[in-house]
Amino acid sequence: MAHITVTVDGTSYTSEVEPRKLLVHWLREDIGRVGTVVGCDTSNCGACTVLLNGRSVKSCSVLAVQADGCQVTTIQGLSDGNEWHPVQAAFKECHGLQCGYCTPGMVMAAVDLLSENPKPSESEIREGLEGNLCRCTGYHNIVKSVSYAADLMSAGPTKGAK
Amino acid sequence: MTTAVETETALGKPIRRKEDAHLLHGQTNWTDNIQLPGTVHMAILRSPMAHAKITKLDVSGALAQAGVVAAYGAKELGDLNGGVPCVWPVTDDIKMPAFPALAIDKVRQVGDCVAVVLATSAAAAVDALDSIVVSYEQLPAVTDMEAALESGSALVHDEIETNACYVYKMPCGDYEASRAKADVVVARRFINQRLIPTFMEPRSVVAAPMGMSDEITIWSSTQIPHVLRVLLALVTGIPENNLRVVAPDVGGGFGGKLQCYREEILVTNLAKKLGRPVKWTETRSENMVATHHGRDQIQDIEIAATKDGKILGLKVTLLANMGAYLQIITPGVPLLGMFMYPAIYKMDSYDFTCTGVFTNKTPTDAYRGAGRPEATYAIERIVDELAAEIGMEPMELRKKNWITHDEFPYTTVAGLTYDTGNYEAATEKALAMFDYDGLRAEQAQRRASGDPVQLGIGISTFTEMCGLAPSRTLGALKYVAGGWEHCTVRALPTGKIEVVTGTSPHGQGHETAWSQIASSILGVPVEDIEVIHSDTGRSPYGMDTYGSRSLAVGGQAIKAASERLVEKARVIAAHQLECSASDLEFINGSFQVKGDPSKSQALGAVAFEAFTAHNLPPGVEPTLQAEATIDPVDFSYPHGTHLAAMEVDTETGQVKVRKYVCVDDVGMQVNPMIVEGQVHGGVAQGIAQALFEGAEYDEDGNLLTASLADYLIPSAADLPSFDTGTTVTPSTTHPLGTKGVGEAGTIASTPAIINGIVDALRHLGVTDVAMPASPQTVWRTIQAAKEGAK
Repeated sequence: MAHITVTVDGTSYTSEVEPRKLLVHWLREDIGRVGTVVGCDTSNCGACTVLLNGRSVKSCSVLAVQADGCQVTTIQGLSDGNEWHPVQAAFKECHGLQCGYCTPGMVMAAVDLLSENPKPSESEIREGLEGNLCRCTGYHNIVKSVSYAADLMSAGPTKGAK
Repeated sequence: MTTAVETETALGKPIRRKEDAHLLHGQTNWTDNIQLPGTVHMAILRSPMAHAKITKLDVSGALAQAGVVAAYGAKELGDLNGGVPCVWPVTDDIKMPAFPALAIDKVRQVGDCVAVVLATSAAAAVDALDSIVVSYEQLPAVTDMEAALESGSALVHDEIETNACYVYKMPCGDYEASRAKADVVVARRFINQRLIPTFMEPRSVVAAPMGMSDEITIWSSTQIPHVLRVLLALVTGIPENNLRVVAPDVGGGFGGKLQCYREEILVTNLAKKLGRPVKWTETRSENMVATHHGRDQIQDIEIAATKDGKILGLKVTLLANMGAYLQIITPGVPLLGMFMYPAIYKMDSYDFTCTGVFTNKTPTDAYRGAGRPEATYAIERIVDELAAEIGMEPMELRKKNWITHDEFPYTTVAGLTYDTGNYEAATEKALAMFDYDGLRAEQAQRRASGDPVQLGIGISTFTEMCGLAPSRTLGALKYVAGGWEHCTVRALPTGKIEVVTGTSPHGQGHETAWSQIASSILGVPVEDIEVIHSDTGRSPYGMDTYGSRSLAVGGQAIKAASERLVEKARVIAAHQLECSASDLEFINGSFQVKGDPSKSQALGAVAFEAFTAHNLPPGVEPTLQAEATIDPVDFSYPHGTHLAAMEVDTETGQVKVRKYVCVDDVGMQVNPMIVEGQVHGGVAQGIAQALFEGAEYDEDGNLLTASLADYLIPSAADLPSFDTGTTVTPSTTHPLGTKGVGEAGTIASTPAIINGIVDALRHLGVTDVAMPASPQTVWRTIQAAKEGAK
């Protein structure tokens, strides 16, 4: 067993883990952060995407021990309580989700995309989200959501709350 | 009796979804999130072989592993090894082989369950699978449907002595006479390939004895909690009144969670046996082999017509792959398509035959559209081929044969009565949005210049049958359940409303849309209405969600129950206001005395009177609630016109959807935002069949596309945006005028894409392109056409 300390959504967790344990399984099984989900076993779907030290990673392709000493942000820590991050607000406004299972990963990937490219074109959004699969929306409204979120964020932080 | 007056209605507005807040904040309740104290986790040893005898199975080694609580093969499980049910024996002489949850002596598909281990952690259970000793004697795998029907073929099930599951015939009119009269007969064989539903949330099930009684609560990622409860009671022998089934947040279904799976049976039985919670969540790799598949039909279709383009008759001969076993409605899926091959076209005769075939593959069952995408693909493809054969513009051929708007209600050659439709209006609108004439001109220019990138226009003018279903019709088709839907509406003493529905959403936005329906009748704001669903403990009656039925059937029950509640409340309000019930108008959620608006009582106040019961009229019972159980009078028939502009690089075979326009007519719309979202997702799944997806097996019956690395579901980068539009032709079989929209896009888009590719390449001699139309397949098709032309 390995000893790790990871800050998840602002709370520090200290834990003994099997070295083989994936970060996503540690989040879900060991510390009860079940907002982040598992959709595949080949790192294709992106449903488990979180931010690791501010950059998006698929948490199924990171070992828990690799996150030792890191800051992890999940969908549950993106905004406080009933507050809405502009990307969350945009997904609601533009109907960018249906069943919602890909949504945690899709939103976190979009947050990272917008931090890198605050004004992406449609094709840049499509390429940027290529690693996140959705089966419900056909992506049409996800693309619209990310574009709308970019508008909200460029308009200033207060416009995001919905 | 006065009628309810609706001055301000939530119907028809693109209200943002109630469901989204918790989904967007990760405050979700997926089945796999449930962690009950004392849970044991189940892992499954699955067959790596498509067809083999189990010559040895010893689970004792697993029992010695750390954390392992129990391990079972079929022998150890004995009577608890329940059989997976099939509820649609389509013919009297259908062959229905047993489908035990754990394989007995023989495995018949890769992924068959051989043994299970239960341990205190999921990882320990999986680790212990390696300690099970199992030996197989491989048998020849049956993988090809035509070879399966030849005498001397290996048999999937020895005891039934054939691989033919059933033969179903439906002759309508005299096809041979039509054929004799015809100037032109065009015949084609289309392969509607096998698909894997691939909902994003893998299946998961938790069953737990809940202590207070003999109740077992089962949480399952299912579309059908109500149907599942009945089936689990029948299969396990646990009394139905001791079973509670809950479908919490469910991450997509597309038909793939319309099932009573062997894992659900095993988990339920083992929770009862062990007296503690049992949990199982599939990996994606398990999902690919163990969740039912869809489609997989060989379609021989023949159309007879005059040389000026009048369709006379249609003949369809199907081989439908059942896979290794029959699941809930495996045999019936092709019959849902059977009625729809004649589609929107008038003709004298139609002859349908379907043979269901067993193979050593994963069972097939409902996948978004279930039979109707297959039918629509074949008819829309063959109509294009007929147009090419007689040299007629494909849209003109359609116009010449379709049912015109003034001919509804129209009884088709297949015996269905389409209530309403306006194919002219939807088509006219789609053509304008698409710039059809402009694209045809560009196509001609590219052909003339020999451009390596050719342009094709794909047309699909589709209709479908949805809203399962009138119970009598289902009975006539030998389906063993009804097609009704239930709703209870309760007005609570605090002014809040509960709408209890028997539908079971998994992404469709029922909480929002059902609130809109109830709000429009009760005059209560949408936010004061709570929709309760997907829990047999809180919503005891229902037939659940599939076949685009939830609004088409369930919506009727919500409307009826809400209206009954208003009439119950009216009697109480009249008593309070000291007038007769007929003197009251119901406006914006309040009863008002006609001619005296100062005398009124809001619905919430009536509910409070019904709660205290201090001053109710004689004969009126306390509490204010109303129920309705509605059996629909008929199916409903959405339709639309989908147009795809396809660019095909003739040098590489690369295909691009340059423009996709669709105009759908789904009748009245409760929430147009949700309607549009359903169309987007549906169109994407249909495009995926045309261009990307296909479950591939090798000749030994190994699934080659058994992970998301190998089975290509499209990403955002693979798809275009869609230009969607609607026309509204209200249904006359539904009191709200609605039809259904869950499957329309998937049914429509596949033939539009392939017709577009063929249209781009027809001048090169191409008359068909197999699905999925990958660059390699398209390139090979072009090369073969060139060879053929030499």
